[in-house]
Amino acid sequence: MAGRDYNAIELMTCVAARFLEDGATVGVGTGAPCAAAMLAQKTHAPGLFVVFEAGGLGPELPAMPISVGDSRTSHRAVMATSMADVFEMCQRGLIDYAFLGGAQIDVFGNLNSTVVGPFEKPSVRFPGSGGGNDFASFCWRTMVMTEHSPRRFVETLDFVTSPGYLSGGRAREAAGLPSETGPYRVITDLCVMGYGVEGWMEVVSIHPGVTRQDVKEATGFSLEIPEGVAGTEAPTEQELHVLRTDVDPTGVVIGRGS
Amino acid sequence: MDDDVTTGRGPLFSDPDPDRARAFFRSKRVALSEKVMSVDQAVSTFVHDGDYLASGGFGTNRIATALLHEVLRQEKRGLSFAGHTTTHDFEILCAGHVRGPLLARVDAAYIVGLEARGLSPQARRVMQSGDVEVCEWSNYALAVRLRAAATGVPFLPMRSTQGTDTFRFSASKTVECPFTGRPLAAVPALYPDVAFIHVHTCDPLGNARVEGISVADADLARASKRVILTTEKIVSVDQTRESPQQTLIPSACVDAVCEVPYGSYPGNMPGCYFSDEVHLREWLAVERDPNELTAFVDRLIYETDSFQDYLEASGATHRLAELEAIEKGG
Repeated sequence: MAGRDYNAIELMTCVAARFLEDGATVGVGTGAPCAAAMLAQKTHAPGLFVVFEAGGLGPELPAMPISVGDSRTSHRAVMATSMADVFEMCQRGLIDYAFLGGAQIDVFGNLNSTVVGPFEKPSVRFPGSGGGNDFASFCWRTMVMTEHSPRRFVETLDFVTSPGYLSGGRAREAAGLPSETGPYRVITDLCVMGYGVEGWMEVVSIHPGVTRQDVKEATGFSLEIPEGVAGTEAPTEQELHVLRTDVDPTGVVIGRGS
Repeated sequence: MDDDVTTGRGPLFSDPDPDRARAFFRSKRVALSEKVMSVDQAVSTFVHDGDYLASGGFGTNRIATALLHEVLRQEKRGLSFAGHTTTHDFEILCAGHVRGPLLARVDAAYIVGLEARGLSPQARRVMQSGDVEVCEWSNYALAVRLRAAATGVPFLPMRSTQGTDTFRFSASKTVECPFTGRPLAAVPALYPDVAFIHVHTCDPLGNARVEGISVADADLARASKRVILTTEKIVSVDQTRESPQQTLIPSACVDAVCEVPYGSYPGNMPGCYFSDEVHLREWLAVERDPNELTAFVDRLIYETDSFQDYLEASGATHRLAELEAIEKGG
């Protein structure tokens, strides 16, 4: 993003933070999603309640955590509890948002973080679900922050680790997942995507300096880009200031951007 | 993707039958016995080739590093393992494969990775070899499996994993809810043969307290047939009895207590010391070359006699003060 005074990770983090409204509850991991939640707390959403799957509830994060179970995730927390307690909050319907990741994502927002190649002898073994499947199953709205490339946005996943809209339509409910839950936004270095009524991914806004052609070429499946799609609002000076000085002053997350 | 699948095809590595577990627990009479011993004695007494092992904490947080190292030193073979939120703990066990097939079966919810630090090259080699049998789960699914065992029932229902390959490659089964008629994932009780848990304080009977998050350790200790605790410090039984509401793990579950100061190193111990990111990076770096890894674990684990020796050989003893300062500073 030459010529702009922010990098891709900073843009993605600012955009993600805007989706977290004051008073909401969000499950986060480490890295950019955690930075987004911290940025939201320090700007428009001081009452955002952050939970970490390992057991930290509502911490006042003193620094960027390295692990979702390190002691920063329960620093001045309102409770240090068990993992089952956290996921049962999710299963009961108390958690609004969660951020998810994966090596591959398909048009329905299903995610692969388990294997590439045959399961019994994979060419690449990834960590597996972790808590990803649980957050994806239970939380009202899930979001993904990822690099936009044809290697990631694929027609068919090698393995469906965590559920998006599965095969679309009412497939989640039919499978037994809680109703009215599912993927909400995908935030990449090129654009923001949401989902149509049948669960197909579609572009919501395109980032400054990015073309429709860029997005199409970086996506390994046929992606709906509505005519007259909006442009993503660039990070404001205030957002960037808080992000750089207060959220991630050492640059461990945002310093990795291009 | 087959949305109609009702039985996971994954292998079940442990027996979920609560009556056979009850017969074992009936024979376990350890509630008020003193059980302080050394790490090597605990592992040689309570860990056998072919056992199902589970490790507590959260990967690089409050882990029982000394016990994991000792499994390598004693060259245990053919173990099953609960890969529940495992990172550096899994990395250590995979490093043992430089000498032979330590892991044979893995229930995988989170393995191979060290969160934001990256993937372990050695863990990937082990898990991509095709030599280790794998069954897939989510973190909550494995937590519920331990909860089922701790509860003393053969399974518990839950709603996640349904509709995905994580379910299809698990050993869960779909059941119809008798009240709502909707599908649920029934996950089988997991009774590990032996659990390793590191705690802040513990008395000689095994009544243990932790600070910070408990992850799945309350259920893990109750579900496991044998439990080995390492503790930063052994405290008196009087201290336990003065505030028994603080006991997370009761002595009735515990078979061995080993005092190991800095026992979670290079992991984080809440309130005591932060993770040693320098040493964790060193592990990941040496793993890229199998020969370097062999030399590294020979020097730090196989050719050392104890965890204290490891702290010295790895240079940790010079870093502990800094890690304590980071922890206290947030």
